Amino acid sequence: MNPLIVGEDIWKVYRVGDVEVQALRGVSVTIEQGEFVAIMGSSGSGKSTLMNILGCLDQPTKGQYRLNGVEVGQLRPDQLAEIRNQQIGFVFQSFNLIPRTSALENAQLPLFYRGLSLKEQRTCASAALQRVGLKGREHHSPTQLSGGQQQRVAIARALVTSPSLLLADEPTGNLDTESSQDIMGILEGLNRDGMTVILVTHEVDIAAYASREIVVKDGQILSDRVTKGRSQAVGV
Amino acid sequence: MSAFVWLTVITALRVLGRNRLRAGLTMLGIIIGVGAVIAMVSIGEGAKQAVQKQIATMGTNVIMIWPSYMTIGGVRGAQGGAVTLTVADALELKKRIPILSETGWLIRSTMQIVNGSRNWNGPVHGVSPSYVTIRDWSFSSGGSFTQTDMESAARVALLGQTVVENIFEPGEEPVGAIIRIKNVPFRVIGVLSPKGQSVQGSDQDDVVFIPFTTAERKVFGTLFLGSVGGVFVSTERTEDLADAAEQIRQVMRARHRLQGEQPDDFTIRTQVEIGKVQEGTSETLTVMLMIIASVSLLVGGIGIMNILLVSVTERTREIGIRMAVGAKRFHILIQFLIEALTLSVVGGCIGILFGVLAARLTTVIAGWPTIISSDTVAVAFVFSVVVGLFFGLYPANKAARLNPIEALRYE
Repeated sequence: MNPLIVGEDIWKVYRVGDVEVQALRGVSVTIEQGEFVAIMGSSGSGKSTLMNILGCLDQPTKGQYRLNGVEVGQLRPDQLAEIRNQQIGFVFQSFNLIPRTSALENAQLPLFYRGLSLKEQRTCASAALQRVGLKGREHHSPTQLSGGQQQRVAIARALVTSPSLLLADEPTGNLDTESSQDIMGILEGLNRDGMTVILVTHEVDIAAYASREIVVKDGQILSDRVTKGRSQAVGV
Repeated sequence: MSAFVWLTVITALRVLGRNRLRAGLTMLGIIIGVGAVIAMVSIGEGAKQAVQKQIATMGTNVIMIWPSYMTIGGVRGAQGGAVTLTVADALELKKRIPILSETGWLIRSTMQIVNGSRNWNGPVHGVSPSYVTIRDWSFSSGGSFTQTDMESAARVALLGQTVVENIFEPGEEPVGAIIRIKNVPFRVIGVLSPKGQSVQGSDQDDVVFIPFTTAERKVFGTLFLGSVGGVFVSTERTEDLADAAEQIRQVMRARHRLQGEQPDDFTIRTQVEIGKVQEGTSETLTVMLMIIASVSLLVGGIGIMNILLVSVTERTREIGIRMAVGAKRFHILIQFLIEALTLSVVGGCIGILFGVLAARLTTVIAGWPTIISSDTVAVAFVFSVVVGLFFGLYPANKAARLNPIEALRYE
């Protein structure tokens, strides 16, 4: 089976005024289906840029990025949107739920842009909410939910499309320890069921949930190691 | 797709519903604009139709020829004061110009009209029988006088509705009654159907018609026999009016022996010309009011654009989220366009209601006639849709072109 993610010599260069900022300097990475990878690094290390590129929110300045065998670098914005909708689920540090909109409708959102009928949207979104343990809270708006619950809605939104890749950017950054453990437990469970999860974090104990740890520094990969020895266990 | 549009409309309504005051104030411009358009066009159309009705009371395809002013020792008299127009002129026109279908003439005076103990001072017209035909007068009772009445200078009279109301008791039958005009007894043989106001605003029903010859010889005491106050002719077809008017001018100038440089000693007006002058006035008014209404629509549109730009900025993060989960530019564009359309269409509909109400109130309070046509309403509705699309496009496009990463980071 082909690897899910193949990045070869990825560069990302920004121009801020006259200054050239090299956010990524030749990153090469391969991630197989079913892996649970933590990308670690201090702020400014380029880990967020890497995540944006892996999540098809951004495109590399130079180098190649193939997701499921598709070269992403040259795609137009709408084609990227299509890939995000079909293959990627996002979980953000600040939850990023649409305010004043119910949990159910937030979870429905990716299916809405997929053009499914309202009934199908509802059914899938309810199932996703149930999976993250929010049954009975479908009609709560984000402000009526705790931080941990909000993040669970965000996870439901990410997994409602059954994506091939789930990207979590500091998913526990705004949560207390207990909620953090809940969230990581859910991600772990999703990975156990076969979903590829990439976790961006700077916390060692959160990264410990993953089975592979990639450390990024100054736009380059500093280290890449298997931590629990159970990578490749699923999906090979 | 349909689910997408449907849900987007619901979302738009919900977003606008959250900021009711803001949405209301934004719509106000469109409401006033559309309301003004509806009210103005209704009033304009009403005025136009009223004028057209008045013009129709002149008759059908009528040309009027009046004598010009007379100058005595350098002092100009009133228009129509000269005695340059005669029955012979009218007969000559009839003979020389074949496209004239009818030729009639009249002489006018104001006299005391008496029936028993009641009397009335009003216009008395000595007319040829054809004049009654040309002016399309119909009868509510009785009938017109004949060529025989004309030749024998019979003492018969036709009464207008206003005169009847003033010299007869309600319910009293005027036909057959004997009235006196300047002490000459006349038998009433017909009552004219009401025509209402003329284009100039005078009461056309305040009139008594008697045969021209009778007026000339027995009542008015005219100085020059055969001189008339006006000649009325008509043509079969409206298209012939201008041609006929020119032919009349040629014949009249020849008959009055006017040399090249001398001005006409008569005035010719066709019904179409009078109609144009009147309609021109109301058209100018309508155009002016439309411009004012358009300006307020424009202002309303700018209001929508402004509030949408604010909304796009406020919801930058939401746009980023939507893009991250797979919204294409088109989806974002449609979302904001639908919001703009919702504002303008809801505003437009309220505006239509207000406009119709304003037009009705104008009729009730000021007594002006108004016409609310479905065309006007349709045009106003289309206008508000266009305004929404036009002014929504820029903010919507701005939203659709946001970079998802920057939008997600926006605080």
